[in-house]
Amino acid sequence: MSTTTRAAHADITTPEDLAALLDQRDYLADDGVATACFLALRMGRPLFLEGDAGVGKTELAKALAGALGGPFIRLQCYEGIDAAQALYDWDYPRQLLHLRAAQVAGAADTAQLESGLYDRRFLLARPLLRALEAGDGARGVLLIDEIDRADDEFEAFLLEFLSDFTISIPELGTVRATTPPVVVLTSNRTREVHDALKRRCLYHWMAHPEFDREAAIIRRRLPEATSRLVEEVTAAVQQLRDPVDPGADLLKPPGIAESIDWTAALMALGARELSPENAARTLGALVKHREDHESVSRRLSALLNGHEATR
Amino acid sequence: MASTLQPREVTETMLGFVRTLRAAGVAADTGRAQAFFAALDTLDVTDPARVYWAGRVTLCSAAADLEHYDACFAHYFSAHPFRSGRSPAPFAVSRPAVWPAAGRRDSGGDVAAEEHAAAASDVEVLRSRDIATLTVEERAEVARLLAALATHRPRRRTRRTAPARHGRLDRARTIRASLAHGGEPLRLLRRDRATRPRRVVLLVDISGSMSPYADALLRLAHALARGHPGSTEVFSVGTRLTRLSREMRLRDPDAALRAAGSAIPDWSGGTRLGTELKEFLDSHGQRGMARGALVLIASDGWERGDVSLLGAQMARLGRLAYRVVWVNPHKAQPGYQPLAAGMRAALPHIDDFVSGHSLDALERLATVVTGGRADRAREGAPRA
Repeated sequence: MSTTTRAAHADITTPEDLAALLDQRDYLADDGVATACFLALRMGRPLFLEGDAGVGKTELAKALAGALGGPFIRLQCYEGIDAAQALYDWDYPRQLLHLRAAQVAGAADTAQLESGLYDRRFLLARPLLRALEAGDGARGVLLIDEIDRADDEFEAFLLEFLSDFTISIPELGTVRATTPPVVVLTSNRTREVHDALKRRCLYHWMAHPEFDREAAIIRRRLPEATSRLVEEVTAAVQQLRDPVDPGADLLKPPGIAESIDWTAALMALGARELSPENAARTLGALVKHREDHESVSRRLSALLNGHEATR
Repeated sequence: MASTLQPREVTETMLGFVRTLRAAGVAADTGRAQAFFAALDTLDVTDPARVYWAGRVTLCSAAADLEHYDACFAHYFSAHPFRSGRSPAPFAVSRPAVWPAAGRRDSGGDVAAEEHAAAASDVEVLRSRDIATLTVEERAEVARLLAALATHRPRRRTRRTAPARHGRLDRARTIRASLAHGGEPLRLLRRDRATRPRRVVLLVDISGSMSPYADALLRLAHALARGHPGSTEVFSVGTRLTRLSREMRLRDPDAALRAAGSAIPDWSGGTRLGTELKEFLDSHGQRGMARGALVLIASDGWERGDVSLLGAQMARLGRLAYRVVWVNPHKAQPGYQPLAAGMRAALPHIDDFVSGHSLDALERLATVVTGGRADRAREGAPRA
């Protein structure tokens, strides 16, 4: 496996190479992210990402797929997800039609009927099977999003899939990946994911970016925004996230997704800089709880002035 | 595990680092160490930042590990410098803040100072307690509770479906059954949404004023956790929030209580109920643990901090949880009035208010947990 990996990614020899490729996809990776992805690629291990909502876990998987030039396949987990929704399902209506057609044609051989019934054309590929079949040439990225939402039975089932990248379909045989996809798992920690699953993965905790990187990300996403607006937005958001700041005790501190949204909302109002008035009007793009809304609008001018003082 | 690509001394230095990490409590087992060495083979080992990140993604497996990892890394590699020649300067990697919810209280010097000013008794008493002694009668009581709790619990519908008499057509089973009749679907089989036990989250106050009851309450927690290990979460609340779910999963109650005893750093200290509840909701509850769950809070409501915070957090919890049950051992005393300020602030947001002063009372509590609102009329419901 490692030889094919190396052949396909001969141009990625250091984490910096990967960071540059991600950069072309408008994802500004820091040192940790670049190293984690590089190792996941090199060692052929799944990458287990944790971090607050909105730090860019899903975006990273998308950008990685773009950087590798392979397909991006996403499996959104939810409670009650089972093999039929993750792996494959048989197309029962078509099978029924097939049975009827066989009956009309006068076939009575049960064995033959059954083998005809479980043909590849009646198989509906779900994300995991698609990820195995898609890896043709370029490596794809399989995102298993919010694994903590799935039941623990599903985790146990994933273990088998992640260790050898094969799916055995009793009626058809075993499907094996020619080039195994890069697997990215994300979790929001609503429950503790089982150790056995984590042991197979590389673990990376994604923190919120520091000032310069966040400003660069916003600038990259919204090139039309004035640099003054970007800096003021970043300073305000960073202050809201600051754990030491006693006033900024928010239920949900804004992520990067929110700061981009907020900047976009301010731009839609034609703002070239942050003022208490336009900030108050667009606050709904930044904080999404009534309590947070109240606490931020109460100290809005202090938030903006604090930035003025530090500049 | 030894790498063939690295010089011997590099391998030995890195092995020493893994050992240090293990000693610090990070579960870096052989598999993880192997991954670490495999990662080093693909990277430039003379670059401290590379080694830092390679170790972090391979050896750590939870956000809680990162703090230990950072400390070990700084300490170990200051004693074993990188032999690169080009970076002899002491190693410094800009370490991003990890897990702000947990760090909020500890890192904020000003915040901590304020809290100490507000409540002199808030001093953390960091000592462990031996709670291994259980009498024979107590064991029997636990067994009885276990039997009562293991079977019943309020249930909820899931999205998972199971074969049933009514509901959607189960095409897979119908087809499979039809093969026995030459492809004729004689019987239409169906499936419907199944039910599951609801999650129970138990917050046990182990502060000084609750110490006579803490053992019994933890035993109740163990009984609940053993009954439904997958859907029970236990936390201790004092001056620190400690997750005990893992300890409570041990089969033997003695072993579980011993493990809990050594895991809890703040036995019989003060109470910061509002702050703790906020931390629980921030780092666990709001993300999903409290959603639709039955939340049990075992505390006397002696809040020395700001009571309005407790009220606000209880309101938040009330909106998230299926039901909130407050267990107050002092409630059993004759002529009890909820005079503790914290208790008064919490009352409007509680569904069931019960006492938990004795094992009998705990058993009554168990019926509230398992059978719903059986005791409401007798105990008196605070919320109409």
